[in-house]
Amino acid sequence: MTQTHSDYRLSQLDQLEAESIHIFREVAAEFEKPVLMFSGGKDSIVMLRLAEKAFYPAKIPFSILQVDTGLDFPEVMETRDRWVARLGVNLVVASIDDAIKNGIIPDAAKISRNRLQIPTLLNAIEENGFTAAFGGGRRDEEKARAKERVYSHRDEFGQWDPKNQRPELWSLYNGRLHEGEHMRIFPISNWTELDVWDYIGREGIEIPSIYYSHQRRVFVRDGMLMSETPLNPLREGEVVEERTVRFRTCGDITLTGCVESTASTIAEIIDEVAVARKTERGATRGDDRFSEAAMEDRKKEGYF
Amino acid sequence: MAGTNTGTGMDLLRFATAGSVDDGKSTLIGRLLLDSKSIFEDQLEAVEATSEAKGYDYTDLALLTDGLRSEREQGITIDVAYRYFATPNRKFIIADTPGHVQYTRNMVTGASTADLGLVLVDARQGLTEQSRRHAVILSLLRVPHLVLAVNKMDLVDFDQSIYENIYREFTQFATKLNVPDLEVIPISALQGDNVVTRSENMPWYSGPTLMHHLEHVHVASDRDLIDARFPVQYVIRPKSDEFHDYRGYAGQVAGGVLKPGDEVVVLPSGMTSKIARIDLFDQEITEAFPPMSVTVHLEDDVDVSRGDMIARVKNAPAPSQDIDAMVCWMTTAPLQPRQKLAIKHTTRTGRALVKDIQYRLDVNTLHRDQATNELGVNEIGRVTLRTTVPLLCDPYSKNRTTGSFILIDEATGVTVGAGMING
Repeated sequence: MTQTHSDYRLSQLDQLEAESIHIFREVAAEFEKPVLMFSGGKDSIVMLRLAEKAFYPAKIPFSILQVDTGLDFPEVMETRDRWVARLGVNLVVASIDDAIKNGIIPDAAKISRNRLQIPTLLNAIEENGFTAAFGGGRRDEEKARAKERVYSHRDEFGQWDPKNQRPELWSLYNGRLHEGEHMRIFPISNWTELDVWDYIGREGIEIPSIYYSHQRRVFVRDGMLMSETPLNPLREGEVVEERTVRFRTCGDITLTGCVESTASTIAEIIDEVAVARKTERGATRGDDRFSEAAMEDRKKEGYF
Repeated sequence: MAGTNTGTGMDLLRFATAGSVDDGKSTLIGRLLLDSKSIFEDQLEAVEATSEAKGYDYTDLALLTDGLRSEREQGITIDVAYRYFATPNRKFIIADTPGHVQYTRNMVTGASTADLGLVLVDARQGLTEQSRRHAVILSLLRVPHLVLAVNKMDLVDFDQSIYENIYREFTQFATKLNVPDLEVIPISALQGDNVVTRSENMPWYSGPTLMHHLEHVHVASDRDLIDARFPVQYVIRPKSDEFHDYRGYAGQVAGGVLKPGDEVVVLPSGMTSKIARIDLFDQEITEAFPPMSVTVHLEDDVDVSRGDMIARVKNAPAPSQDIDAMVCWMTTAPLQPRQKLAIKHTTRTGRALVKDIQYRLDVNTLHRDQATNELGVNEIGRVTLRTTVPLLCDPYSKNRTTGSFILIDEATGVTVGAGMING
């Protein structure tokens, strides 16, 4: 038997964990068909770990859903598959390629695949009848996200209305829905980037290798270091060179930049994150740079 | 510095901010974030660029916190936002609540989870109706620690007598409230006086800086560690070969300390048993206390399901269908007698009938208006309810988890009321 505490105090990381587990259990108890949106990045892996803990030793009582952009890092997909196998959880893949093939979304080469995730995701939610979709969003990521509730209501079009959110009191979450509506659930709302890294370190959680320092063939675009890949053809004047880098987020390979870093352990990454002077998104995410309200606008349409 | 800022040994303080529109609340939050190095270069650059584009001759730190398009357009905060910063010892979650009168419900929302309330006043204006209202709401919500930050001291030449007048007036007012711990700090959010660093402009002030107080205020003792309360959230039954007979009751401890061997009662059935074991993920633990999320096993195979509560045999809440509570009403259509609503209390959901609205509380004067028979939006009053299911409740003054509930409009599904049970 383990003596956990003698002074009846929980560290902030334990408090955050307890709160997130409470949210997972609440949703599993109250919603007909929840699903966990899984991108394979560090936040969704932490989510999966929390879900594992919430229902242990039973299996996670819902599926996980991945929107396959066709532009994901292969290292991320490998990690995903290992997690799915270890937890024995059901994986639903909503593929943008399939959605285009089936005429669900237009094949508009001009529209970024990041944008096409929205109708693909909403279609998967509708088709599978999911009533609640867990997301790994954190409020510290972005100022529109700072406004988002833990239970975030979506209407029958999947839209978020930031001006008409339900007040969220104590830990009493209101999951009432009408036909066709669903709820986005953010159990790690109160975590910061540093909390996520601390937790990954404490729990010894396996994350995709691209988070650790490695050699990569990269080129500079819009001030960011992008990976060389046939999925992202070089533009005029762009030169590929090999650098020592790592990633701070895992998104679409054509939009997600990396940073120069020699951090090859969690402890070294934590040291780096603790003194980072740029946000993870500001530094490495092309999709948030379109306008000051890029995230808010996408969320209103149904993006997570 | 590197590596010291990690969460494993740190603790957590949640605080709610309140203040009128121009009291400098956003500037203060911007200052706390900036001086604790929680603002990133790209965020600051964006704010500088926007300030310049708007033709301001200073960087408007309020732009850091006004996250929505319509807020930036109107230059006001319309909804609660949550922000984060950390010092080497403590992580802080700020519920940044708007000061507008019409958003009182948002203040209640922010205060519901806060350990500490921070009320800003403008030194030039002194105490306003707003400041009093905020203090009343924080006290009703039983936020155990209150800080009154007397801001804009730079605009009154750091005059000690102005601070002292506000201090006197407020402490006098606070005697009518339930404020167990009060700190009054003179600051200038714009210039940073007494926010993180001690002000040289106010040598007459010998108390802590705001940051020092936030870092050191003792919150661990604010929880109820006496009365064991465990609302059952979810029954875990793996139905696997390995865990064939596993039957665990999962939930978050709402009060007291649970230990294996404790004699317990399951409510509302009244069946008694003993705690056989407590699991935290794959570990057995010797005790569980708030706010741990654990799984409890009982020695006997009694019928337990979501919505039930496990408590100590000789110290259990009395199940009741008649609820007397202070309710904050949050929607435009008024709350009226005979109205039927859904009610959620801990993990238990039922329906409630409004039997009587005893009075409306004037949060400015604390006057009880007994002539009224309804509550309008943002109004708070004493209400009696009759519920379809017995609630396993404690007075809110004893336990904020088992003493609180929300009311939901069954037609729209919207949360329309926040309730605090009277003892």
